Amino acid sequence: MMEKRIRVLVAKPGLDGHDRGAKVVARALRDAGFEVIYTGLRQTPEQIAEAALQEDVNVIAMSILSGAHMHLFPRVVELVREKGMKDVLVVGGGVIPESDIPALKKAGIAEVFTPGTKTSDIVEFIKAHVK
Amino acid sequence: MDIVKELLGGSRLALSRTITAIENEHENASSIMRELYHHTGHAFVLGITGPPGAGKSTMTDKLARAYRNMGKTVGIIAVDPTSPFSGGAILGDRIRMNGLTLDEGVFIRSMGTRGSLGGLSHKTADAVKALDAFGKDIIFVETVGVGQSEVDIVKAADTTIVVLIPGMGDDIQAIKAGILEIGDVFAINKADHDGADKLQAELNMMLDLDGLKFDWRPPIQKVVANQGEGIDDLVKLIEKHYAYISKTGKLAQRRHDRTKTELLELLNSSIGTYVTKHIVDTGRINKCLQDIEAHRNDPYTIVHQLMDELLK
Repeated sequence: MMEKRIRVLVAKPGLDGHDRGAKVVARALRDAGFEVIYTGLRQTPEQIAEAALQEDVNVIAMSILSGAHMHLFPRVVELVREKGMKDVLVVGGGVIPESDIPALKKAGIAEVFTPGTKTSDIVEFIKAHVK
Repeated sequence: MDIVKELLGGSRLALSRTITAIENEHENASSIMRELYHHTGHAFVLGITGPPGAGKSTMTDKLARAYRNMGKTVGIIAVDPTSPFSGGAILGDRIRMNGLTLDEGVFIRSMGTRGSLGGLSHKTADAVKALDAFGKDIIFVETVGVGQSEVDIVKAADTTIVVLIPGMGDDIQAIKAGILEIGDVFAINKADHDGADKLQAELNMMLDLDGLKFDWRPPIQKVVANQGEGIDDLVKLIEKHYAYISKTGKLAQRRHDRTKTELLELLNSSIGTYVTKHIVDTGRINKCLQDIEAHRNDPYTIVHQLMDELLK
């Protein structure tokens, strides 16, 4: 029997074109033994949720630097729950003001990783919280 | 709820979870396959292979759109390499296909090779069956970027498209061994780059050497996939090949060979599991090893004895 592999969708919702951080995180998750489905820039919440469904991921990791996180992150959570994916862990990162984080967590974002976060912290968080 | 029933009823979530069960060899995987198998055999399976960066994903995206325009539903399995060191993978084929994500007639699944070396993963064929049972008309199987010898795709596909690009050094050296022999249709992608004509001429020369041996001479189509140029002509060639293999009985033969291979693989893997359970897990193997090391017995005799015992 094969061990279960953690599958993570790494996506960039919104319109900013800064994917360096997402790529660094994708690479770190790969090195941690995860299967990373990388979908790249300018994804709508609808695209992210549908890709998450088709790929049956355990985690959705989104990065955003445009400031639209308060709208886009919760929308993804809403859509994946609507699709029946009750267990998927949704995390976010990017330039996100501390003051926005409580509201994001309330909306179902499990954790928010701001600039300066060690990639190993992201890996550990996922390992500890994935279902 | 029964996951197979849900899948057959059209639930994309059930399809997705089924593929996960297959990939991770969940306890229920073989019972799922047993039920699904009876609903397979309708889809046309198209293999897309070629070296890394040749444009396989972009071409798959464009071909999928062409088939969607013809009213066909599409499934796509895109395979990327698993790291032999960490076990992790970056599955990045989807990035070329983002425009298809919201089309309900398309289902895309990325798979890591997970230790398989033939250009696919061990579970690709079963994932194809799940898409087939789900009712997809055309199923694309995109291999990892291949070198010369990763030719498992021929075992999985009805028609195989080999995607090549100009400018990879000595073009013929790069393709002469394995890949050249498995293409039913060749696509020269990035045909707007220098060297496309030369590659075409060299390919033609190689293929003409086989001309008398086979009644299907693999055609070559120049394509600029990211611009969509040549895609319609490529589809025509694929359809022509499909008509050819259908008419001549070669499709039935390919599927017969595939069934045979799969049956034998399944049988071998079951025997392997049996051996693990009864000889390795029980610790009996240690006694055998001691006998061999002390020269009381030899591996050949032991295997003979064990086989006699197992087959009783």
